[in-house]
Amino acid sequence: MTSQLLFSQLLNGVQLGVLLFLLAAGLTLVFGIMSFVNLAHGSLYMLGAYFGAAVFARTDSFLLGLLAAVVGAGVVGLMLDRFALTKLYERDHLDQVLATFGLILFFNELIRILWGPSSVFMQVPAALADTVSIGGITYPAYRLAIIAAGIAVAAGLYLLIQKTRVGMLIRAGATNSNMVAALGVNIKWLNTLVFALGAALAGLAGVMAGPIVSVQPGMGEPVLILTLVVIIIGGLGSIRGAFYAALIVGVVDTLGRAFMPTVMRTLFERNTADAAGPALASMLIYLFMAVVLALKPQGLFPANAGATR
Amino acid sequence: MHKLVVALLAAGIVSGAAFAQSTPLKIGFVAELSGPQAPLGQDQYDALMLLIEQNGGKLGGVPVQVIKEDSQLKPDVANQVVDKLLEKDRVPIITGVTFSNIMMAVHKKITDKGVFLIGSNAGPSPVAGAQCSPYFFSTSWQNDNQAEVVGKYASDKGYKNVIAMAPNYQAGKDFVAGFKRSFKGGTITDEIYTPLNQQDFSAELAQVASKKPDALYVFYPGGLGVNFVKQFQQAGLNKSMTVMSTSTVDGSTLPALRDAAIGMLSGTFWGPDFPNEANQKFVAAFEKKYNRIPSQYAAQSYDAAQLLDSAIRKVKGKVEDKKAFHAALKAADFKSIRGNFKFGNNQFPIQDMYMFDVAKDSKGRVSLRTVAKPLVNHVDAYAAQCNMKAL
Repeated sequence: MTSQLLFSQLLNGVQLGVLLFLLAAGLTLVFGIMSFVNLAHGSLYMLGAYFGAAVFARTDSFLLGLLAAVVGAGVVGLMLDRFALTKLYERDHLDQVLATFGLILFFNELIRILWGPSSVFMQVPAALADTVSIGGITYPAYRLAIIAAGIAVAAGLYLLIQKTRVGMLIRAGATNSNMVAALGVNIKWLNTLVFALGAALAGLAGVMAGPIVSVQPGMGEPVLILTLVVIIIGGLGSIRGAFYAALIVGVVDTLGRAFMPTVMRTLFERNTADAAGPALASMLIYLFMAVVLALKPQGLFPANAGATR
Repeated sequence: MHKLVVALLAAGIVSGAAFAQSTPLKIGFVAELSGPQAPLGQDQYDALMLLIEQNGGKLGGVPVQVIKEDSQLKPDVANQVVDKLLEKDRVPIITGVTFSNIMMAVHKKITDKGVFLIGSNAGPSPVAGAQCSPYFFSTSWQNDNQAEVVGKYASDKGYKNVIAMAPNYQAGKDFVAGFKRSFKGGTITDEIYTPLNQQDFSAELAQVASKKPDALYVFYPGGLGVNFVKQFQQAGLNKSMTVMSTSTVDGSTLPALRDAAIGMLSGTFWGPDFPNEANQKFVAAFEKKYNRIPSQYAAQSYDAAQLLDSAIRKVKGKVEDKKAFHAALKAADFKSIRGNFKFGNNQFPIQDMYMFDVAKDSKGRVSLRTVAKPLVNHVDAYAAQCNMKAL
């Protein structure tokens, strides 16, 4: 194992982490503030990828595609909140899970009707199609761009949440939404805003992942599972937690997949190692989650630390 | 009054009988028609319907009615729809079947009933070997064939060290095993199995790049193939490494990949550029009707339709004479779009297997181009285990 290989795997891990963060930020806010379980978050990611691919293909401009994905997913999020989900906010979590699971099926079928069952073509923007050399390794320029964009969004979210009035309300809402409402803040409006913001971030993650993965119906579900792991490790409702947990999950998952089979081979004979290595590597983040839950049931960075509930 | 009623009833019975005679021959079609693997089933269906439409709604001169069922890649659902086809619709023939686990779930049930099953995709080893049945015919391949041809090609090319990559499930391991069986003169330095739901292969590709093999053998069907090829190309590895694949770059994934897949190799039995007349006609008609290049799944199903057409014609529509119909199917008296075609003792094709690379076709579209024919008149490895019963 050379240091260059380790470096390139770390970059891969950070890139996965950044993408997960974009998804987890919205999901954790919605859960933290509204106490709402939104399984359809992965569908917004899928919609972002489809909107982006469609506009990119027609206009030849990746930036327009990006814009279409963010705005499109945000608007769908807004409409979902207004027309479909408002009535569910007061219901218990099982009802929310059932309803949003239904939405997953609805969106997958809708996409299939509109775009067909096959993968849709989406390429890397021409300016980022090559590889670049950094620290003695060659790395895809597009993945570096994802890392940069993700960190920029994280910084922007930090400023929004820590330094603005809206951000203050969001933080207050995550800690104790009843008290915020009692102080005369229109909590409904705040909810809608948070939901649309989360949807737009999911759309952004979708369009950025589009050139890397297959854009097809159901593409949101595998990534949703990882996102749920991230928000549980990070602490429900905590953006900061989502950021660190996403990076940890990204790096642990990537390094596990990269080096676990090799490590297993030094410990066991080849056949056993080949069978156990990949299995163990894919379990690694779940084991990590179990350890975190055992030691800190509220997650690593709980949003309502100090608040009494 | 009574007379009138009797007359009406009699007329009803007579017209009912007449109706029964002109009732079309029912053919069941089962495939994956929803979910991520739906493009494969859709191609199978479209090609079957293409031939029926070309023949004016008939196969072998007999009007046919195709009853389409979606097995949803779930063995329990497949069992239900097959029960419906067997018990309610009472079809004498079923065709299609996309995935091997679905084939294993329904093969015995259908053939035990004495209903003919014409598989147009999956060819799991038990069905070709110990569990072979006179009621089952395949117009595709035994699963291992598509990996064996790639292994033979790698040997012919003299590759010394090869890394194999596949999803971590039965078919992934089967294809790597098939590749190993015919890869001689070199070694497989590493086998990488990724979880079936893993979408990003950046970690594995970095490992592969650091080991610098002569070539890479991969099996990533459907959307997984799209992920793999895009990421491989973006990592710049296509400049330094040959990729040989099975079911990864094919008619179902190339529209989503286009230039990213150029230069990748794929092993199978048929390509849209085959010059024989039957194939040229098929490809032109398919493109005209569906506005896309047919995939191998369409080709397999078109040959299944042609096989049925020839056999139904031979028995003049009397498929209930099972012995005669079986003989007519076994004869395979049709012009396969792949060229050479005949059935072996296990009723799987004995055929040539080819290698293709991804290149621009004459119309500038990204498609498959024939580059080599490593296996001639290839018989699958399980045919010897089949002790075919006489009908």
